[in-house]
Amino acid sequence: MEGIAKKLRRHIITMTGKAGSGHPGGSLSAADIVTVLYFRILRHNPQDPLWPERDRFILSKGHAAPLLYAALAESGYFPVEQLSTLRQIDSCLQGHTDCRLTAGVEMSAGSLGQGLSFSIGVALAGRLNKQSYKVFVLLGDGECDEGQVWEAAMAAAHFKLDNLIAIVDNNGIQLDGWNREIMNLEPFALKWQGFGWHVIEIDGHNLGQIIDALKQAKLVKGQPTVIIAHTVKGKGVSFMENNPEFHGKAPTPLEMEKALKELE
Amino acid sequence: MPPEISLREAYGQTLVELGRENPDIVVLDADLSKSTMTQFFAKEFPERFFDCGIAEQNMVSIAAGLAASGKIPFASTFAVFAPGRCFDQVRMSVAQPRLNVKLVVTHGGITVGEDGTSHQSIEDLSLACSLPGFNVIVPADAIETAQAVKTAAATFGPFYIRLCRPKAPLVHDQSYRFTLGKAVTLNEGRDATIIAIGLMVAPALEAAAKLKRDGINCTVLNMSTLKPIDEAAIIKASAETGAFVTAEEHLKHGGLGSIVAQVVAKNRPVPMELIAIKDTYAQSGKPAELLERYGLTAKDIEKAVRRVIARARTH
Repeated sequence: MEGIAKKLRRHIITMTGKAGSGHPGGSLSAADIVTVLYFRILRHNPQDPLWPERDRFILSKGHAAPLLYAALAESGYFPVEQLSTLRQIDSCLQGHTDCRLTAGVEMSAGSLGQGLSFSIGVALAGRLNKQSYKVFVLLGDGECDEGQVWEAAMAAAHFKLDNLIAIVDNNGIQLDGWNREIMNLEPFALKWQGFGWHVIEIDGHNLGQIIDALKQAKLVKGQPTVIIAHTVKGKGVSFMENNPEFHGKAPTPLEMEKALKELE
Repeated sequence: MPPEISLREAYGQTLVELGRENPDIVVLDADLSKSTMTQFFAKEFPERFFDCGIAEQNMVSIAAGLAASGKIPFASTFAVFAPGRCFDQVRMSVAQPRLNVKLVVTHGGITVGEDGTSHQSIEDLSLACSLPGFNVIVPADAIETAQAVKTAAATFGPFYIRLCRPKAPLVHDQSYRFTLGKAVTLNEGRDATIIAIGLMVAPALEAAAKLKRDGINCTVLNMSTLKPIDEAAIIKASAETGAFVTAEEHLKHGGLGSIVAQVVAKNRPVPMELIAIKDTYAQSGKPAELLERYGLTAKDIEKAVRRVIARARTH
């Protein structure tokens, strides 16, 4: 599993480096979470992306598209070679996710704050249809500045959606700087608890903890679960770690080379 | 005068009919179910009704998630709150992925009345029509409302249907059949064309009847589908009459008048007069008082027809 996570991180660096733009920082921070989801937890079928019984993974922080594309390609949804077309004209891999163009992408994202609400709709449909699938949605911590996230947090608990599991990639950094300086989210876990969620806090780079948390979340009854995953922005590349600059800046060719060496 | 019937009630009752026929129909509201009349559906199908509270952004994205999962969601609130309050959610959650979401909004225009500016929706059609792939309908009466709602349910893709708050006189009879994207000719004449939507269709007919007594014969089109617009009907009317008046309960920017002007400017220019709200917000008042104050009456349409015919002659 560590090997896969590293592979996804290498894809993120190569894709954004080649594209010359993109969001490596928040893709790298969530790489371990997405690895565990796609290669251990999700019930899915890359040969049948619209299989009705599949677990849904919804990327709400749409700027982490390179990470999702890497996971989908490595799972077999489309050829790995396509990853090099990220952000190019006519590519099926848009700068932010487009569900019409990419097999396995459940929702068009990029405008923050909408994924949790969308996931409620998917979870309600599952319940109405008496289907057993789970809905996993990945949010950014900065994304939780958006009021809509809290409208959705209230509604998911109100509707008692225990088939909905949110994961927050809590890397502490948003575009303009550290969250605590730009817009303080604390007490973050207490907020979710206050909204009626079951809260689990983990080290978002510890694969064992991620697996355990997701398994535990699937068993919770009568309320939705949020996993607050404490992560490091830019994780895996020394000069990107905890560096707000790499929220939305691609590595230069030289930086790319250095990063890939670190990820060998 | 024909009987006046509530469009909102027609919507609410049609939803119940649809709910009985199709288990995939689901309904969402944002704490206005007693006004939008989704309450009828809520009562009969509580498990398929989701009141989202006063949270329109959340409601629209939830509807998108339901649609992406094969449901046919109807989401309702006041026209002033959707798409205005939740424009980005309508844009990114619904329009961009072209999901099968039906936004049916009530209390459109200024005839909301006494609640005043905050509740008077005068920009919504411009916003809705700006969204690629959206179907936009403004029914003129209860009969058309029921049929438009059924059409939306049966036609895959995003819809915006705008209803008014007051009851409206029937301008269609029971034999009427709504067709998406087709204008309805309610009167035929050679001197001018009046194109109207929603509550303005009845005054358009009234104006045409008045003008007829003076020997001026007008074609009256109910352009209930604003998008996709019926270009063929507009071009035909422009060739046959050579003078246009449009009438809508909306700002003149980006609504019916703007859309019709685009079609004629490209295909067959004719002089046009726009009966619409000028660049201003309205105020509290009785619906009839407001329509008069802001120039949206049969009398205003009649005068506009006389003006445009005079312009056409000197053209």
